[in-house]
Amino acid sequence: MMTYLPNLLFLVALVLGIGYFTRNIRKLIRNIKLGRPTEPGGSRAARWGQMARIALGQQKMVVRPIAGILHVIVYVGFVIINIEVLEIIIDGLFGTHRVFAFLGPVYDVLIGSFEILALLVIVAVVLFWLRRNALKLARFWKPEMKGWPKKDADWILYIELVLMCLFLTMNAADYSLQEMGAAHYTQAGAFPVSGWIAQFMSGMSESTLILVERGAWWLHILGILFFLNYLYYSKHLHILLAFPNTYWGKLQPKGEMTNLESVKREVALMMDPSADPFAAPAADAPPPETFGARDVEDLSRIQLLNAYTCTECGRCTSECPANQTGKKLSPRKIMMDVRDRLEAKGRELDGKPAQGEEKVLLDGYISREELWACTTCNACTEACPVSIDPMSIILEMRRYLVMEQSAASQELNVMMGNIENNGAPWPFNQMDRLNWQNEM
Amino acid sequence: MESSTKIPTLAEMTAAGQEPEILFWVGCAGSFDDRAKKITKAFVKLLQKAGVNFAVLGTEESCTGDPAKRAGNEFLFQMQAAMNIQVMNGYGVKRIVTTCPHCFNTLKNEYPELGGDYQVLHHTQLLTDLVKSGKLTIEGGTFRGKRVTYHDPCYLGRANGVYEAPREVIRKLDAELVEMKRCKQRGLCCGAGGAQMFKEPEPGNKDVNIERTEQALETQPEVVAAACPFCNTMLTDGIKNKEKEASIKVMDLAELLADAADL
Repeated sequence: MMTYLPNLLFLVALVLGIGYFTRNIRKLIRNIKLGRPTEPGGSRAARWGQMARIALGQQKMVVRPIAGILHVIVYVGFVIINIEVLEIIIDGLFGTHRVFAFLGPVYDVLIGSFEILALLVIVAVVLFWLRRNALKLARFWKPEMKGWPKKDADWILYIELVLMCLFLTMNAADYSLQEMGAAHYTQAGAFPVSGWIAQFMSGMSESTLILVERGAWWLHILGILFFLNYLYYSKHLHILLAFPNTYWGKLQPKGEMTNLESVKREVALMMDPSADPFAAPAADAPPPETFGARDVEDLSRIQLLNAYTCTECGRCTSECPANQTGKKLSPRKIMMDVRDRLEAKGRELDGKPAQGEEKVLLDGYISREELWACTTCNACTEACPVSIDPMSIILEMRRYLVMEQSAASQELNVMMGNIENNGAPWPFNQMDRLNWQNEM
Repeated sequence: MESSTKIPTLAEMTAAGQEPEILFWVGCAGSFDDRAKKITKAFVKLLQKAGVNFAVLGTEESCTGDPAKRAGNEFLFQMQAAMNIQVMNGYGVKRIVTTCPHCFNTLKNEYPELGGDYQVLHHTQLLTDLVKSGKLTIEGGTFRGKRVTYHDPCYLGRANGVYEAPREVIRKLDAELVEMKRCKQRGLCCGAGGAQMFKEPEPGNKDVNIERTEQALETQPEVVAAACPFCNTMLTDGIKNKEKEASIKVMDLAELLADAADL
């Protein structure tokens, strides 16, 4: 019975780790479904293509070459090293050791490339840390990055660093044990990096090496399970959500803004001479929709998915003309605010309402000053490496301000009054529209 | 003189049983703004020189609704769209050309779903076509070798992916096209979009058009080329702010071509 204890412990850790993660993912889906359902444009083939190019192919990441290449290393490392995790899970459950070793030379290539990638990931992570904390790139030090967002970013780097070090330590000890001819440690794999680390273990006894190997093995897999569960609380969710987010990302020209369905119905009614303006709505008619967005449930599900996907890289903010000229608007903050507010809503649903007065998205999280600073130039949506659209949220909230609250500034009201009365944003008579021909 | 400058309207042409090959959508800026009217006139001269059979809507044209939509007034936008679509569909309009990227974007992308399906061109696209097909020949070398930098309007560039047609026009002038550090996909806004044209900016430490003008000045241009009446205004203000208006001109691409063609 005792011989199965490690397998049993492993099974428990695995079930707990994956179970808790699943629970959080269900919560995430529940929260996203608080938003309005939307019909995404474009064909499925085009959506898969967009996902393949932008998420899988990292097309937008490499627009900024330094961060882009470092990110590709960490990304490829993450994806490839997960093959190793599959082996670890099988070994853990069945008490085998390096179960894929039968692949022979293929296995050598696999382990060898994992090791080289692990080393490159360590280099990339260190450089990432230096960019944040020594070079202090401006986009990582904007006001919205104070507190948890800053800590979160650093924690992710530390966890990745530790996981890679554990992986290499495990292999170094394994390699030493293989060289020693220790029982159970069959000769398998190529160790270009850990073979070098192994020289520092030369004085260790077999039992110490087994302790190091087992210790690193266990910490590595437990670390991975911890990291998996850390995702939901972190900006790091993008490693999963970048894929659905680019699938549902906008395919239409960037300049195309949605034509509000609810307004279409109103306009059709106004244009219909036989419509009865006093007609009572049908008994089973749903309550009229709010025009625009005041809170997260007025946003679309895709916009809410956007918020969970945002990894706070700040490329949007660094390209934003308003932000560059010192205005309060930061597209990244818009996404962070939506997520924070959605999470607060989620906690309410879990029966844990917030203390004090409830704050809604408009005014509680996002100020009017931020909303009115946007030039709708699409620099943010162009910059986003995972097809997030902060501009559409800004527009949706402006719609609420203008159509539900009549809260546009005096200047904008004058402009809109002109369009309404004389068909131009300035006070010129429509009958004078062709006067320029007299000046030719 | 007078009769030759009469601009045909769709109403007149339809009454005479004629059909133009393209509708020139002048836009509010092009109709009323003193600076933008010059662009309108330059473009019309080019159309006439190339022998394009065009018409305008004249007093039947009304704002596309773009600034209202971007300000959040979807209702006003859709009312404007409904009226414009009714007029254009009534005349059976099929092709439209406009000198304003905002009108271009709205007509091309947002009208179809509301019932207005047209082939919409920006004037830089039509002009490039006309030059390529030989209908418009530029002999004049007014801009030969001059340093010209081009500012991508957001609603032409990023919004609709039109980056090459305007640059093509500049190359046809044998001018030296010098790109700003931020151009094409990463071009910086002039500051006018999203209804900002009609309001004071929010508090900050600089105006967007000043930032953009500084980027343009880095290229040491003789001409800053624009392709949008609003960008034109913003950049002209920026150049004046830097007191460079004596040495640097802000010109629309239609004006550059018309100037080169001695029109």
